[in-house]
Amino acid sequence: MSASSIGGVLVYSLDRRVFRLSTRSVESIRIPLRFFSRAEALIVAAAASRIVPSDETGPGAREAGVAVYIDRQLAGPWGRDRYRYSQEPFEEHAPPELGYQGKATPQQIYRQALKDLTGFDLLDTAAQDEKLKEIEGTLFFSLLRRNTIEGMFCDPMHGGNIDMLGWQLIGFPGPRMSNYDDVDKHFGEAFRPKPASLSQVTRGNVRPSEDEV
Amino acid sequence: MKTLPAADVVIIGGGWTGLLMAKELGSRTALSVVVLERGGPRKTDDYANSMDELDYAVRLRLMQDTSLETVTFRHSSGQRALPLRQLGSFLAGSGVGGAGEHWNGVCFRFLPDCFELLSRTMEKYGSKRLPEDHAIQDWGVNYDDLEPHYARAEEMMGISGKAGNLRGKQIEGGNIFEGWRSAEYPTPPTKIPYFSALFREAASTLGYHPYPIPAATTSQPYTNPDGVARPGCFYCGYCERFGCMVGAKAQPTNTLMPVIQKRKNVSIRTGAWVRRIVQEDAQNGKRARGVTYLDAKGEEVFQPAELIFLASWILNNTRLLLLSEIGEPYNPDTGKGTLGRNLTHQVSFPAVTAFFEKPLNRFMGSGSAGVCVSDLDGDLLDHSRLPFLRGGCLVAFSLGYRPIANFGVVPQTVKTTWGLEWKKAAVHYYDRTGNIVFSGEHLAYRGNYMDLDPAYKDHFGDALLRLTLDWRDNERNMAEFATGKSVEIARAMGAKEVTLFPGLKRYDATRYQSTHLQGGTIMGRSPDRSVVNPYLQHWQIPNLFVLGASAFPQNASTSPTLTLLALTYRTADAVVDRYLKSPSPLA
Repeated sequence: MSASSIGGVLVYSLDRRVFRLSTRSVESIRIPLRFFSRAEALIVAAAASRIVPSDETGPGAREAGVAVYIDRQLAGPWGRDRYRYSQEPFEEHAPPELGYQGKATPQQIYRQALKDLTGFDLLDTAAQDEKLKEIEGTLFFSLLRRNTIEGMFCDPMHGGNIDMLGWQLIGFPGPRMSNYDDVDKHFGEAFRPKPASLSQVTRGNVRPSEDEV
Repeated sequence: MKTLPAADVVIIGGGWTGLLMAKELGSRTALSVVVLERGGPRKTDDYANSMDELDYAVRLRLMQDTSLETVTFRHSSGQRALPLRQLGSFLAGSGVGGAGEHWNGVCFRFLPDCFELLSRTMEKYGSKRLPEDHAIQDWGVNYDDLEPHYARAEEMMGISGKAGNLRGKQIEGGNIFEGWRSAEYPTPPTKIPYFSALFREAASTLGYHPYPIPAATTSQPYTNPDGVARPGCFYCGYCERFGCMVGAKAQPTNTLMPVIQKRKNVSIRTGAWVRRIVQEDAQNGKRARGVTYLDAKGEEVFQPAELIFLASWILNNTRLLLLSEIGEPYNPDTGKGTLGRNLTHQVSFPAVTAFFEKPLNRFMGSGSAGVCVSDLDGDLLDHSRLPFLRGGCLVAFSLGYRPIANFGVVPQTVKTTWGLEWKKAAVHYYDRTGNIVFSGEHLAYRGNYMDLDPAYKDHFGDALLRLTLDWRDNERNMAEFATGKSVEIARAMGAKEVTLFPGLKRYDATRYQSTHLQGGTIMGRSPDRSVVNPYLQHWQIPNLFVLGASAFPQNASTSPTLTLLALTYRTADAVVDRYLKSPSPLA
């Protein structure tokens, strides 16, 4: 990876090796990985940044820390299917209107797919796009795309949307306690209050779902 | 199994209907009332930190835990049903307040003719126009019976709106097609955000009669007849799938619980998972003795009671009666049996997605702020020349646009769903996009019903409920017609590009449509065709009442909450004024 596409957030894997994942500023924050290996995190960061790339409209998935977000989600109850109905029999070829009926958890789906993407982060971006086009129709890709959007626009407490970069990109102010004075004004013009995250707004101690046992 | 001391009344389920009944009986009688709620306790303070789209709107923190129990689904009775492993097309709530905590607060009354759907339709169009396999019925109550109870429910919640028909006098600016109202709404309409204001103007220009959505996200501070005070709405936009952090959206926890908590004769047990209603032979048939449930510690207990209200939402109302072997399960082949019949959802979809030049500031709003057009609802159009019966409303909601849910919607000219071109368009259009939603009637059919699944079980080993459900041509044709109308409005609003809803094909259990399911324990005038009588009293077991939208014989295009509350008030009156004096069938 080039130096300009990294820097900022430092991530260390479970074996405690530190590496950089996203641009933020010269300040560095160290964040331990919870599920991914270092190699997996680099693939996910590279793939997510092709789904929502950085361009002249603004930063993308790499800068927003999407890989950190996905890592935490996979380690948490969602990644383990804690709340999904998981009784057998499963049906791998169900009609799409019935939703995902397979056995594999998000953890297992990612782990398997990332094995098949070994070396992805080392490809140039054109080759990365080609590779992603090949797997566009897979369950893994639809999960990755969905998770990338989540990581772009979630509250920063979940690990993504660092510095509220995603919210700034689209003019979303985050959880704003009151729009009473503005809701029926600003017709036809952009009204863009400065974003604030949930903990800034409520000053409360919020426990995100990924930290649940 | 441990047997607890007997209670006068047991209420299964602590949502809108169960807690309203608890409040009424707790306040108007000295009876001991026990509410059994299988979820956890909830209160307004819990929502102070809830403005988090991911955990609440995406991971569905307030909803039923599908790892414990879900439903199975199939499109027709010949197929093998599969479990809905995650919630999708509807969102069942859990915990004190139930779905009444995470709702949007949209609070319509039903049109008067909905209650006499079969007779009115036959009268006007004759039986030949009815779909061959229809199962529509009259309710056994009519609008005039319900009007005073509608008014009470509106006062209890402080609904914001504008009357369109005050005692028969039409009033412009309200819904001139609505049934007569005895009084104006308790509070004035909510503020109307930009997107909804554009819709109102365009709809007026095209000759429609737009009006503000009746809203439980109250427009100003309000104190109800019980003395419960709530603040006005701040339009933060965190209503749907969230609890209101200030208590402006009427929810059971902020509207009913303050009264219930003062009543020593009412107790609420959370973590109480009811598994059976126990019946016994009595002098004239059968009666319910009480219920068995697993308490919060997992211990199985028997709670005896004289009077039982089953108020555990549509699906579980039906399932508990099936598991308890109360009533005759519906058989779609013979048409015999009543329990589980007439499952309906709602013809609810984004009819058109419109892309605008100017930003819309859609983060501001509330769950029920917006504008509605009812000119196509009920039987207001002449259907003799249309390929469908009944209709629905076109609505421009401003419910607070959430970025995870909405980022990435781009005009059809953009052919990709990821990458540079898509991102650029998605960023540009994020706040320039709006949906006109159609919400239409779903007729009841003989082949749409509920029974117990033969294969899949819940966490405790009981059979899951099985839904057999699909659309028919009436809904598909209605959807196509409504889509055409909504495109005209979107164009008049100044939309530069529009994407049309692709049409209803097979029922899609993954696309969120609405949480407005109906049927299973339907009401009516005859025990041959309904499970409960017009007072929601079980035909075979007079000391058992079944509350909620499971009693609706079919869907009525708009949101069910106000109607199920009105029916609950009516039942509470009948119980207090008549049943308790002489416990026997009320009809």
